[in-house]
Amino acid sequence: MELIAEFFRDLRATTGLNFTIFYDPFDAARFWRAFLLTCELAALSVLLSVAIGIVGAFAQGSRIRPLAWLVNGYVAFFRNTPPLVQMYFFFFALGAITPTVPDDIGMEVPLVSNFAWALVALSLFAGAFNVEIFRSGIEAVPRSTIEATEALGYSRLGAYRHVVLPLAFRVCLPALNNNLVNLVKTTTLAYAIGVPEMLYVANQIWSDALNVTEMMNVLLLLYIALVSLLVWLMHCWERAMRMPGYGA
Amino acid sequence: MRPRPLPSGTDLPVLLPAADRLARRAAEERRLALPRVTLDARWGAAILVTVLLSAAAAQAQSAPGQESVLATIWKWTPLVGQGFLLNIAISVVAMTCGTLLGVLLGLAQISLLAPVRAGSWFLTQFFRNAPWLVLLFYCIFMLPYRVTIAGEVIEIPNWLRATLGLTLPVMANVSEIVRGAVQSLAKGQWEAAESLAFSRGQTLRMVILPQCLKRMLPPWMNLYAILIMSTPLASIVGVEEAMTLARGALNAERRGDLLIPVYGLLLLAFFVYCYPIARATRWLERRAQVRI
Repeated sequence: MELIAEFFRDLRATTGLNFTIFYDPFDAARFWRAFLLTCELAALSVLLSVAIGIVGAFAQGSRIRPLAWLVNGYVAFFRNTPPLVQMYFFFFALGAITPTVPDDIGMEVPLVSNFAWALVALSLFAGAFNVEIFRSGIEAVPRSTIEATEALGYSRLGAYRHVVLPLAFRVCLPALNNNLVNLVKTTTLAYAIGVPEMLYVANQIWSDALNVTEMMNVLLLLYIALVSLLVWLMHCWERAMRMPGYGA
Repeated sequence: MRPRPLPSGTDLPVLLPAADRLARRAAEERRLALPRVTLDARWGAAILVTVLLSAAAAQAQSAPGQESVLATIWKWTPLVGQGFLLNIAISVVAMTCGTLLGVLLGLAQISLLAPVRAGSWFLTQFFRNAPWLVLLFYCIFMLPYRVTIAGEVIEIPNWLRATLGLTLPVMANVSEIVRGAVQSLAKGQWEAAESLAFSRGQTLRMVILPQCLKRMLPPWMNLYAILIMSTPLASIVGVEEAMTLARGALNAERRGDLLIPVYGLLLLAFFVYCYPIARATRWLERRAQVRI
């Protein structure tokens, strides 16, 4: 650790390249926290959006018509508006009317933090796409398979959980992965509502240390590394989940 | 090769054609690294109704001496409209430059020289995987705000730098569209051209690219629709486009009840602009499907 710090201090002295995040403990700590926050935001929104997709697709096929309409409306709304507008809508419009609670020192803080709003906005945005994806996956399951589950005495939920979803999930996986990769790229939008994720903190650091060039490059490379890693992992997973006899 | 749901030689009637459709869509999206824009006219109508209702509600609640909602919105329309024109200008310039660069990069991706192929592949993947907002920041902060050419000082405005930031991902996506279209053509086309003594350049120019054009048009238009919807990102880095100006107008008016009508109208403007493009894309796609 000390060696790395020494190297970057040296680099600054000799070339003027100022990578504060590698030798300044304060900058290192906040950038590391921001990196973790980005990962956390990405991971949580991926999980939540998949959950929304699974539940939404089930509700869409429900016999209760209003429930299906509700899900259709939700999908239409979130698919057709820019995510930035959604983020602003949640934070400024809904954030303004949620109650506040006093914190340790008596300051009024909103009940729902901006991290939570970003999480909600991103999950709902990606979830709308996931509902669509899962629905087309379910369409791929033949009617006769569902009839077979009925003959075996499965309830609709039981059949969905044990038969339809496992089949549909494998069909969905490539499309789902595309959407999730897109979602991770979209987490940068949390910057707009002041969530201290990587882009936001990098902005703070280069305002303090005036090392825009260095931070910009670090940021770009980190994001590309993150997305590439995800793409690769998804690819491996897809290969592992591939159905025998199906696909090229 | 496109995956088939039921390859011949297997007796697994497990999945319906929907599986094939989904697989094809996923492959398509992966090629473009972008979702497909589908706009529904009913949705436009819903936005319009929301705008009208919220404007009516704001009007009903306004104090007696206050300016009417309609007049207030009308007052700001020219300014925000100008901002919207900037959005369109940004998207058109970014699309034009991105397409020119992207076609070159795409052709480099199918070059016979391995280093050129690898280099252009890397460049394409690099800009395809980077988040658009980060590229935007990169261009806003890293490009000089003025350049001196032969003693002449030329200012580069904020929006032009933002345009370049959007050009880079467009370039990478166009590059993938070109590569995908060329590779989707049957190999026989190349062989036939070769047997007729066409050179490689001639084959590309006279045989391959004219056929690719039809296949490239729908994804290219889809890319444009996504680009125009991404131009509000420029407001984050301080470009005075429609979103920034709308926010400024709302701040100047200090009326919370105008929030929904104003943003709704902005949404409607984007919808009206994108809708014909999305429709035309779908129409072209369907026509291409019939031909195959």
